[in-house]
Amino acid sequence: MKDLTKNRWKFVIIPALIVAVGIIMYIVHGGFNFDVEFMGGVRMQVNMHTEFDNKEVADLIQENTVDTVNATVQKGSTNEIAVIKTPPVEDSVRQDIFNAIKDKYSLSDEDLVSVSSASASFGLEVQRKALMYTLLAIVCILIYIAIRFEWRSAVTAVIALAINVLVMAAVYTITNIPLNTTFIAAMLTVVGYSINNTIVIFDRIRENMKFRKKNESVSELVNRSIFETLGRTINSTITTLITIVLIYILGVSTIRDFALPLIVGIIAGAYTSIFIASTFWASWRESSMQAKAEAAAQRRSNKKN
Amino acid sequence: MEKQMKKKSIVTLCFVVALAIILNYVAFIGFNIAGFSYDGAFGEKGIKKGIDLAGGSVITFQAKTDAPTEDQMQVVESIFQTRMTNAGYTEARISQGEAGKITVEIPSVTNTDEAANLLGNVAKLTFNDADGNVVLDGATDIKDASYQYGPVEQNGSSIPYVKVEFNAEAKQKFADATKAAAARASEGKNYISIQMDGEEVSSPMVSEEINSDSCVISGSFTPETAETLANQIKSGQLPFDLEVISKETVGAELGPNALKTSLIAAAIGVILIMIFMVVMYRIPGLIADISLLIYVGLIGLAMGVFHVNLSLSGIAGIVLSIGMAVDADCIIFERMKEELRVGKTIRASVSSGFDKAFSAILDSNVTTIISCIVLYISGIGTVTGFATTLGIGVVLSMFTAIVITKFLLKQLVNIGIENRSLFYNAKAKKGGAAE
Repeated sequence: MKDLTKNRWKFVIIPALIVAVGIIMYIVHGGFNFDVEFMGGVRMQVNMHTEFDNKEVADLIQENTVDTVNATVQKGSTNEIAVIKTPPVEDSVRQDIFNAIKDKYSLSDEDLVSVSSASASFGLEVQRKALMYTLLAIVCILIYIAIRFEWRSAVTAVIALAINVLVMAAVYTITNIPLNTTFIAAMLTVVGYSINNTIVIFDRIRENMKFRKKNESVSELVNRSIFETLGRTINSTITTLITIVLIYILGVSTIRDFALPLIVGIIAGAYTSIFIASTFWASWRESSMQAKAEAAAQRRSNKKN
Repeated sequence: MEKQMKKKSIVTLCFVVALAIILNYVAFIGFNIAGFSYDGAFGEKGIKKGIDLAGGSVITFQAKTDAPTEDQMQVVESIFQTRMTNAGYTEARISQGEAGKITVEIPSVTNTDEAANLLGNVAKLTFNDADGNVVLDGATDIKDASYQYGPVEQNGSSIPYVKVEFNAEAKQKFADATKAAAARASEGKNYISIQMDGEEVSSPMVSEEINSDSCVISGSFTPETAETLANQIKSGQLPFDLEVISKETVGAELGPNALKTSLIAAAIGVILIMIFMVVMYRIPGLIADISLLIYVGLIGLAMGVFHVNLSLSGIAGIVLSIGMAVDADCIIFERMKEELRVGKTIRASVSSGFDKAFSAILDSNVTTIISCIVLYISGIGTVTGFATTLGIGVVLSMFTAIVITKFLLKQLVNIGIENRSLFYNAKAKKGGAAE
């Protein structure tokens, strides 16, 4: 049995590396690839009925709009679907854009598969709300853990959570997947899932602490608890991954953009639950117990004198 | 005696398996027996698909007033929200534009005009006397309004109507007004005209003072129009008129394949999980599979019956919950294995495995439910959809793990399987991931 608690700092290296790469890519890509919902703007999906060149379409839009709108053009679910994103524009400009494409590629009105638009202020509102409620959810979970377990468990669980969230954010900057409201859903999935894993381990620690033998240190006990729950942690991570990996393999591009961060997040969630949350809790608890014992010893010796 | 118990347990097991299959059939394919019919979760009356899966309506309104204040627009937004929630459009999204514009996206609802009417009407409800004087004002006097179905007159046939409840002050006003109206029978003016946005909805005759804290509005309603009216009265009146400046129905954003591929993925996923569970946990794994089957059926039924608005993020919630559904089983079975290893009987292991696993299952699910609740109240369209499906999933999976798996394992114990290797790999080392 490897001593996980002793090696706890080594386990931080892998997530730290991923986050570091994420930060580098954040700078390379010039920030997150925010989608319309978060930044405001217009997103159009057009069925082009033929393969097309992204840049050609973008140039076409620039030429045919009054303010020379800078649009980003990407391939959608198939190579014949164009996903066009522009900053917030008037409805008439949006109409101009589609008309230009319609004329050039001889399309009909039905080929405008979908349009969605949001103002910049709406985008900021969603960003703010998403952040606020995610934090609120985490705080509520923290309080619950503090009540059912102890406050140190809550703190280490949330630190593990924060590492997961950072790793996932790194996945978004590394792959440049667009950040939209599904990003929030993906984040929350992982938050919920990794907390789940952490709690099962904490639960075992709580139980084992009740029957702790005198000669077993807290670190040893935590180590034992992690290994006792390892079968379950791995098996239930596998069952969850099975469905999500399948969605990644079979799904359309938008779903894949959502599944990939989830896969990474769930693996990260299992990793931090096993290697980080309880190991750091153990060393913290141990040192505080030691401090208490020393203080007690101090008091005793003071009394004697 | 023991033989009889064994027989009974085998019969029960077979019965549950049959029930699980019927449940799934009903949930996903539907039934039609003796007039009662349900066409499955993906039928017309089942799940509502989100804009990203099935298209939907996008409506933009413009306030018909000069320079509406931000507060007023906030009021409009919250009234819209209430009206849509009451109408069951839970994943609808509202966004405010510049200069009094407000946009609403409603998944699955292709009847754009109906939705525009529901939202855009000011819904100013007034009760007037025969001379057109307002005796009651919906904005201040109404406590609640609800859609009802039943006879409004003695021996009358059942019709849809709206029941309006007054506050204490309005009760008195209504009593005064009906008394005054009743006294004018000779003039032919003994009626109260109930008007919505200046249009008469109904004008009931009054023959005596009515001292009641509620009243019935009946007219030529269909259940839908009565429901809409009740919804509008309840949600309050808009501060000003709103004009629809653009209406469009959006085609499926993800392409028609999105839902289909996700479902295929989910189905293959369920089958793989089932195989995995049997490989890992042997006979108990098989029990978990039956539970999982029941779980899938229940979630399909719940989604269909509650007309959950399903979008991409909702699918994520379901997929995650399927993975998590067997999690509780994993916790229980791992516990059972440990008990078996220390030499306990199968019966004792099953029972103490459950007892010891319970706190872990409870705590881990409660935290998930907490986050679901918080996210649900956030009101962000996609997030709400996710929280709904995951929340339903977690609650149902707790039920299947704690109640159904336990029940089935008990039957298994009663059958009296003595071969311990059907429960775990007795030769394997204690602990470790290889289990």
